[in-house]
Amino acid sequence: MALAGRTAMWWARLRSPCPAAAPRCPPPWPLAGPVACQRLYSSRGKEKLDMSTYPVENIRNFSIIAHVDHGKSTLADRLLEITGTIAKTDRNKQVLDKLQVERERGITVKAQSASLFYNHEGVNYLLNLIDTPGHVDFSYEVSRSLSACQGVILVVDANEGIQAQTVANFYLAFEAQLAIIPVVNKIDLKNADPERVEKQIEKLFDIPIDECVRISAKQGTNVEKVLQKIIEKIPPPQCHTADPLKALVFDSTFDHYRGVIANIALFGGEIQKGHKIVSAHTRKRYEVNEVGILTPNEQPTHKLYAGQVGYLIAGMKEVTEAQIGDTLFLYKQPVEPLPGFKSVKPMVFAGMYPVDQTEYNNLKSALERLTLNDSSVTVHRDSSLALGAGWRLGFLGLLHMEVFNQRLEQEYNMSVILTAPTVPYKAILSSAKLIKEYGKAEITIINPAQFPDKLSVSEYLEPTVLGTIVTPHEYIGKIIALCQDCRAVQKDMLYIDERRVMLKYLFPLNEIVVDFYDTLKSLSSGYASFDYEDAGYQTADLIKMDILLNGNPVEELATIIHNDKAYATGKFLCERLKDTIPRQLFEIAIQAAIGKKIIARETLKAYRKNVVAKCYGGDITRRMKLLKRQAEGKKLMRKIGNVEVPRDAFIRVLKRQTDK
Amino acid sequence: STLCPQWPYCRKRCSYCNFNKYVVPAVDEAAVRACLVREARTLLRLSQVQSITSVFFGGGTPSLASPGTIAAVLEAVAGAAHLPTGAEVTLEANPSSTSTPRLAGFRAAGVNRLSIGVQSLDDVELQLLGREHTAAEARGAVEAARDLFPGRTSLDLLFGLPGQSRDAWAQGLEAALGLCDDHISLYQLTLEQGTALAAQVWGGTLPTPPQDLLADMYLTARAMLVAAGFRHYEVSNFARKGALSTHNLSYWRAEQYIGVGPGAHGRFVPWGEGGHSREARVQTLEPVTWMREVQSQGHGTRKRVVLSPLEQLEEVLALGLRTDEGITHELWGHFSPHLSLQAAFGAPGEAKALQQQGWLVLDGGGLRCTWEGLALLDSLLPDLLCQLQRR
Repeated sequence: MALAGRTAMWWARLRSPCPAAAPRCPPPWPLAGPVACQRLYSSRGKEKLDMSTYPVENIRNFSIIAHVDHGKSTLADRLLEITGTIAKTDRNKQVLDKLQVERERGITVKAQSASLFYNHEGVNYLLNLIDTPGHVDFSYEVSRSLSACQGVILVVDANEGIQAQTVANFYLAFEAQLAIIPVVNKIDLKNADPERVEKQIEKLFDIPIDECVRISAKQGTNVEKVLQKIIEKIPPPQCHTADPLKALVFDSTFDHYRGVIANIALFGGEIQKGHKIVSAHTRKRYEVNEVGILTPNEQPTHKLYAGQVGYLIAGMKEVTEAQIGDTLFLYKQPVEPLPGFKSVKPMVFAGMYPVDQTEYNNLKSALERLTLNDSSVTVHRDSSLALGAGWRLGFLGLLHMEVFNQRLEQEYNMSVILTAPTVPYKAILSSAKLIKEYGKAEITIINPAQFPDKLSVSEYLEPTVLGTIVTPHEYIGKIIALCQDCRAVQKDMLYIDERRVMLKYLFPLNEIVVDFYDTLKSLSSGYASFDYEDAGYQTADLIKMDILLNGNPVEELATIIHNDKAYATGKFLCERLKDTIPRQLFEIAIQAAIGKKIIARETLKAYRKNVVAKCYGGDITRRMKLLKRQAEGKKLMRKIGNVEVPRDAFIRVLKRQTDK
Repeated sequence: STLCPQWPYCRKRCSYCNFNKYVVPAVDEAAVRACLVREARTLLRLSQVQSITSVFFGGGTPSLASPGTIAAVLEAVAGAAHLPTGAEVTLEANPSSTSTPRLAGFRAAGVNRLSIGVQSLDDVELQLLGREHTAAEARGAVEAARDLFPGRTSLDLLFGLPGQSRDAWAQGLEAALGLCDDHISLYQLTLEQGTALAAQVWGGTLPTPPQDLLADMYLTARAMLVAAGFRHYEVSNFARKGALSTHNLSYWRAEQYIGVGPGAHGRFVPWGEGGHSREARVQTLEPVTWMREVQSQGHGTRKRVVLSPLEQLEEVLALGLRTDEGITHELWGHFSPHLSLQAAFGAPGEAKALQQQGWLVLDGGGLRCTWEGLALLDSLLPDLLCQLQRR
């Protein structure tokens, strides 16, 4: 673990402002202005911090938000260093990004938080940095993290300028009415153009140019100024310790020894070991075992008080018991739950199968362990006649899916078949019989097998997203064509400066789940950025398309698609099957059908000759091995009618195409 | 039992061939001869075979060996086992080493059948194949051979060459029919890993022959040869006037065969070593090493694998079904005394389905492919193996 070396760095008790010149430990950072509070090392950190010395008015809760790679994690590292939370070394790279995949991809998947102690003009401040996941797939988590904050630092790369995710993040913060500190980062880069970026910020976000702070998080330039801005511009939380306990769960992690560790922000009251608390969502009761702050490792404290941010351990066994957005209160002292809670709804589904069925149990236990820490993944057992036993997994979005898959591979050494992603459709039923059967008129369809017939449906609905694209203007033509191809509707188009354009489109989600992002990146030479947010459902002309082999439907290849796309998709699937199914003793008709109507057809001709020419002497041993392998293969083939389809053919058709 | 001595040397490497062969500047023929003779004696003793029904000199290019070497091996065979006077003794020959005096020498040595590697009667095709002879030389060789081995000269042809059209093939075959004796082998060119031709095709310099064209060529050839009075008695072999190759037939009937020489394969029961089961045996590939082994221990057997009863039956299926007579009840019963053909394949299952579809026949004669089924044998065998493995 990245932080293992630092676990010994316990915070000693912090009581009052430390004299700047206290000699016991030199400040970790050569400070010009206000001095960070003295850190005291203790070899056995059994003592607990007393957090009562930080009244609400000395607390600032904030997040850093940024587009991928604009320097959010680097800025966090510097803030942690300057405030003495971590020792300054060259190794502090993305300290809060603990996962391998986060460091590799430069993204934050799992938010980490840290409490910083900072002395400014003689006052000791408690600055709670509430890290947010760095992608819109986690926008719900981002919004919950933001609801624990009063302000944000909006980081923009001085070279790349405003990107799609910058826009999305800004609006999340703006709508939450948070104080926004715009920071132009990477001014040390050769091509940095902070002036242009500040103009973009002014034009798009209506923030005066002189409010922007130009920094280089990498070199530490002006980072101190950011700390001062946090104290000056972000208001302290408005809440009272005298009120009854009201704590927001904004994140949770799972520890094999201690169970669920919930990250909480106190909107009122105080909390300590022994308190009996209740979850507003589940109504379950718990006794608090431990509270503390994150520095960024868990540091137990006696109590947490209103306005403070920290963690709580209370005998919760599963992460689903500490759902993000839930409110905790004291037993018998119920409070109005904090607004905005919703259960996480997966937006992208994909089948996951072990490459080799003998790996099923290993994969199962890896999935269980990984989902312990990620309650937003839904897991349902599924089986495919072609791919064997597996699961249908629900993810918040595409990146979430990729990250999950990558973690399986990296952390559990599991190689899997991931099928092309699908989205949850809905149908409004008109048939009284079906309504009775389902117990409701609106149903969600995840599996094409459950797709109700048009005759018993008044309308079908598909999920949509509002996508933001920021691109250099020379790619506009191609991008607009791409969006139209995806059935997207333009909502906005704005020049954010003379060279860059921001486009907003309403996309059907299923149009972007497969390869939209890769296509966008490749047609803009990597310059266009994309982000999206949930935009609800819209009516759609959906149909179920079957694939038939010699007239017999292949269950695992049925798909729900938009009518406009049926022909092209049907043709594509038939062609690909033709290339992957081996010739057989008879002709095979590969058809795509909607109901009884055939919309595409390919013919796989029968073998007319399949016999090895020469079979003498040396050949026979090799020949027999090959034949026996083929015989073994036969046993694994899926029979559709009399057509034998090898598992490989299914994999090649169903698998997510990442390498086009 | 049959004996298959291998002469491992060639003068030139053909572009399509991946056999175990060696192109060396000078061959110490006396030493090779001595080793072939010694190994033949040793293996005949090990197999305790009483009678040799046929001998087939393969290679390499055995026609490059001198008639004296051929004679020496045949004398050794006759000395160690019974070699009937009429036993088929075939020599594979290249058109470039088949002058009339040479052929006469082979005949005097005991060879009574010649298999000539004509491959093509088109000079451009011969060049593509890397052959060292011309079409005219091939014609000359066949004519000379027919004079000396009337009714016992076979010729080999290749089809499915990159870029070859169906018509070009049919014309070539027509020409071959005007030249040939009573036996023809037609082999579809197989692109083998490690050959120059495969590298060119896979690298894209030469076109890959389309599957349907290959099927057309095969079916065309079948029809032409049958019209010319030939019996299509094995997937790639045709004969008229009863000129079937005894040697190859015994191979497809899974009889015992003893491979002699570098890289030779054999299938026999080594009774003389106390063995009781049929073994798959391979001789050492590299000629110099092989010779050293033969000199020190009498033979250069590099690998011996005992074949289980199931494996033997699998080979019987894969080989026997290649012939028009198929697997007779008698042949099957020899390898499977307890499970009859009827019991193995007569019950509902894959074989039954293949019979109903018209690819197979199981009747009083035995199990065999239909005319249509023979061209598709490799699609039938995995099903048959599956069914057999369940018994």
